[in-house]
Amino acid sequence: MKKLIGLALIALTFTACKFNDADKPKLPIMGNRDAVTKTVNGKEVVDTVYQTIPDFKFVNQYGDTITQTSLKGDIYVADFFFTTCPSICPIMHRNMLNVYNEFKNVPDFKIISHTIDPKHDSVAVMKKYADKLGISGNSWWLLQGNKEQTYELGQKNYLVAVKQDDGTPGGYVHQGWFVLVDKQKRIRGYYDGTDEKQVAKLIEDIKILRTEVNTEIAQ
Amino acid sequence: MKLRIIAFIGLLICMVVVSCQSDAEQDFKRYYTGGAAIYKSKCQNCHGAKGEGLLNLIPPLTDTAYLKKNKAKLGCFIKYGIKETIITINGKAYEGAMPANVDLTAIEIAKLLTYVGNSFGNIMGTIAFEEADADLAKCK
Repeated sequence: MKKLIGLALIALTFTACKFNDADKPKLPIMGNRDAVTKTVNGKEVVDTVYQTIPDFKFVNQYGDTITQTSLKGDIYVADFFFTTCPSICPIMHRNMLNVYNEFKNVPDFKIISHTIDPKHDSVAVMKKYADKLGISGNSWWLLQGNKEQTYELGQKNYLVAVKQDDGTPGGYVHQGWFVLVDKQKRIRGYYDGTDEKQVAKLIEDIKILRTEVNTEIAQ
Repeated sequence: MKLRIIAFIGLLICMVVVSCQSDAEQDFKRYYTGGAAIYKSKCQNCHGAKGEGLLNLIPPLTDTAYLKKNKAKLGCFIKYGIKETIITINGKAYEGAMPANVDLTAIEIAKLLTYVGNSFGNIMGTIAFEEADADLAKCK
């Protein structure tokens, strides 16, 4: 009997290992993190709290109000741009179109592009830009709203540099990062939107992320 | 004797023609490769590696007839940009502005024009410094 239990234990360990390291590739969880001590059932437990993207309120190219609730249950890619950008935006959105075309019919995926020049990029300007790029439907939103909120979201939450600088061509400094966010609003990847190869990697990573089963999703 | 002289002169002319041609060819190659590098750093982001533009947002550089017709103005477009306007390229209307590149010199613009003018289906030959410089002087 003891032998049998021993064998069963060994078998269990093996299968457990196999389950854990799964052949499937996994994406890291990025951003800042905190260790929080909680009391669960009278025991002290240390838990990791990952940085998440907080709620926001913007308007998309159709004039609809978009908040975190609009993205509930979605994986999404965020970037920062402006329609009159002379430098890296055209190539970013040339590459983003590959992402759009790959996933436009997928219900739990979205792209959100925040304008960092909301004064010029009104809803009408954004709609025109979307039309020119051939974007339709609701899988790619061009978001416009409060400038300070946009900049804060970029700098503090997505951890990408965004600022106004009249000395640079176009008047704004920004990096071409595409930020991948999971259904729990955690950052799962950064990709250089000006590099076609990294954007191809983003497409692969979105596929991986979509297969990720997570019990925490229900919120 | 007469025949020899004629033959010699003939040979001389041949040599001059051949060497001139290869000079012109070398000039072309120098302009073209120099222009390719400038294109990559200043134009490709928007107009694309194949001059294909970006959907309805940015016009392509493949409209041979447009480029030929506006040959003398192309340098001005590059150096001083295009203000908010509508232009028709390949029969399609494009609306918007093109940023200026005031830091590009006449020789750089000549190289760039030689590259664009002989890529993406365009065949315009070398656009030399003198020509580009003279056209730039006429920019409005």
